[in-house]
Amino acid sequence: MASNPFFSLAILFAAALGFGLAPLGLAWLWGKAYSPAKPNAIKNAIYECGLVSKGDAWLQFRSAYYLYAIIFLIFDVEAVFLLPFAVAFSGLGVSACLAMLVFVLLLIEGLAWAWAKGVLTWS
Amino acid sequence: MVDETLKIELGKQGVFVTTLQELYNWGRRNSIWPMQFGLACCAIEMIATTMARYDLARFGAEVFRPSPRQADMMIISGTVTKKMAPQVVRLYNQMAEPKYVIAMGACAISGGPFKQGYNVLKGIDRYIPVDVHIPGCPPRPEALIQAFMTLQKKIDAQPLTGEGRPRFLDAEAQGEFPVPVQGEHDLEPTSNQGVWPLPVVIR
Repeated sequence: MASNPFFSLAILFAAALGFGLAPLGLAWLWGKAYSPAKPNAIKNAIYECGLVSKGDAWLQFRSAYYLYAIIFLIFDVEAVFLLPFAVAFSGLGVSACLAMLVFVLLLIEGLAWAWAKGVLTWS
Repeated sequence: MVDETLKIELGKQGVFVTTLQELYNWGRRNSIWPMQFGLACCAIEMIATTMARYDLARFGAEVFRPSPRQADMMIISGTVTKKMAPQVVRLYNQMAEPKYVIAMGACAISGGPFKQGYNVLKGIDRYIPVDVHIPGCPPRPEALIQAFMTLQKKIDAQPLTGEGRPRFLDAEAQGEFPVPVQGEHDLEPTSNQGVWPLPVVIR
């Protein structure tokens, strides 16, 4: 087991995990031993700058915002993938090129959809 | 418990002795995070205290938290109007224990120059327990730092167990401070009797 090249990594990972979890565990034990929890309605309320909280924190966004999501994917997320694609283009195989083409085409389909919906025209 | 003189003697020999309580209080008093909110002109002095010239960071209190959930201490910096008092008390309730309050300036401790005003609360200690009062109009940043050091001394002296332990370690002690509401003529109730017993007038 010790001869495994990942053995030292595993040890480091366990140490890092312990480093993070040990203080949390100690704090939890300390809280159990000494400080009693005193929750009340005001304390558990949603924080709203001291005013009385209104409504629920779990609000839903309207599904009508999907068009913004699509356009965000096209112009923002796609650019992130296009740059490494362009850099590694000359060394890519056929399958990688095809996969990227499918990805780009899927997003272009979204653009065409948004265009057809008239989202892109400034009114 | 280690005897105080024995501890000093051991310290001279290069042996550091401490108790769990001292270690706990040492950690607490050096990381008091204030809540980021100002009420009136005293807040300007509070801001100045945190800046490079007076540098509150020397006391471990530079991390002003914008949420009561993460704050240990509330600086009532300025005039508390009756309109604002319920919000202040609610914010105090929303802070996690242990929590401390510094009433900064004449207005926060008594109403100050606006004491005769119909809309000014005559001291925030009518609703929440105040640990340190600082006089002044406004107090100098040095005064706020002095209040910090006083609070640190107070935290240092708080026992973990036993009779004199602070509120947050006592399961029986009151954890909720009632938020006043706007009545027809004044806040209702006009004070929290558990925190601020009515002064007895001797005639």
